[in-house]
Amino acid sequence: MTPEFEDEYRRRQRARAKVTAWILGALVVLFFAIAIARMG
Amino acid sequence: MASPTVPMAPALPAEWRDFLALTKPRVMTLVVFTALCGLLAAPVRIHPILGFTAILCIAVGAGASGALNMWYEADLDARMKRTRGRPLPAGRMDRQSALHFGVALGVGSVLLMGLAVNLLAAAILAVSILFYVLVYTVWLKRRTPQNIVIGGAAGAFPPLIGWAAATGRIELLPVLLFLLIFLWTPPHFWALSLFVSTDYAAAGVPMLPVVAGIQATRRQVMLYTLPMAAAAIAPWPLGMTGAIYGIAASLLTAWFVLLAVRVGISRETDQKLMRPERALFKFSILYLFILFGALVVDRLVLA
Repeated sequence: MTPEFEDEYRRRQRARAKVTAWILGALVVLFFAIAIARMG
Repeated sequence: MASPTVPMAPALPAEWRDFLALTKPRVMTLVVFTALCGLLAAPVRIHPILGFTAILCIAVGAGASGALNMWYEADLDARMKRTRGRPLPAGRMDRQSALHFGVALGVGSVLLMGLAVNLLAAAILAVSILFYVLVYTVWLKRRTPQNIVIGGAAGAFPPLIGWAAATGRIELLPVLLFLLIFLWTPPHFWALSLFVSTDYAAAGVPMLPVVAGIQATRRQVMLYTLPMAAAAIAPWPLGMTGAIYGIAASLLTAWFVLLAVRVGISRETDQKLMRPERALFKFSILYLFILFGALVVDRLVLA
């Protein structure tokens, strides 16, 4: 594994982790909002 | 006999943009729009959060269908100019990731729809995903030139799901909207397949122009436009919509029929010069957007 390859590997991993975190955060907010809406 | 061990080069993980590409975002636009129109045209007002959740589930379900379609058709996509840049044929992603992604989106969207909105909408969403993947992609697409006639039903579900999400019922108007998209799909796709048929022929997909010829396809485009026109205008005389939708549907459908007739009488065989086919294909997308938009405006005014 060359240093360039490893850098690219890590960059993609970080980008995917960030997107996954945003999606999970959005789902938390959505589930909370759904719970409030259904109770109303 | 043991196979010799070949050192494998480590593969780069796919970019998140490639996962997004698997969901066919451009196709999703029309799906989301028609679903939203089905939801807004319903006589019952749904809570905005639940309405948003329903549309999100329909979009994610459509994305799941797209991802599973690309997973199954990677070999086919690699043989077509239009699709060989997709993540799987281009080698930017492994097939298993696409399969896992598609299944996760599909299961997640149906579960969320069932838990947050209602079971009827979740059931129709599940049927639409399974229909697109199993009936269209796996069963029909490589076997029969009627693939998009029956497979078109998969794309016709969104307004029905939107309506079911708002009301918890299925009524005649959303069934007519289903029928409209179902009957719109053949002229829409066959117009496209006429000017990209060499691509389909190279991939071995039995699209109508490849199997039955260009003139037979042009006749079918004209013939399918007639029942489509009936389904588009029917809500007005049946008293389900007012004049806003009725006049818009009549004018737009008359223009659609005119373009379909131009395709029907064309004798052009050079794909680059097939202007009536390109015009019909482009207008068919606009047609559905304006028609559904007019339906929502009409129903909101009536309400």
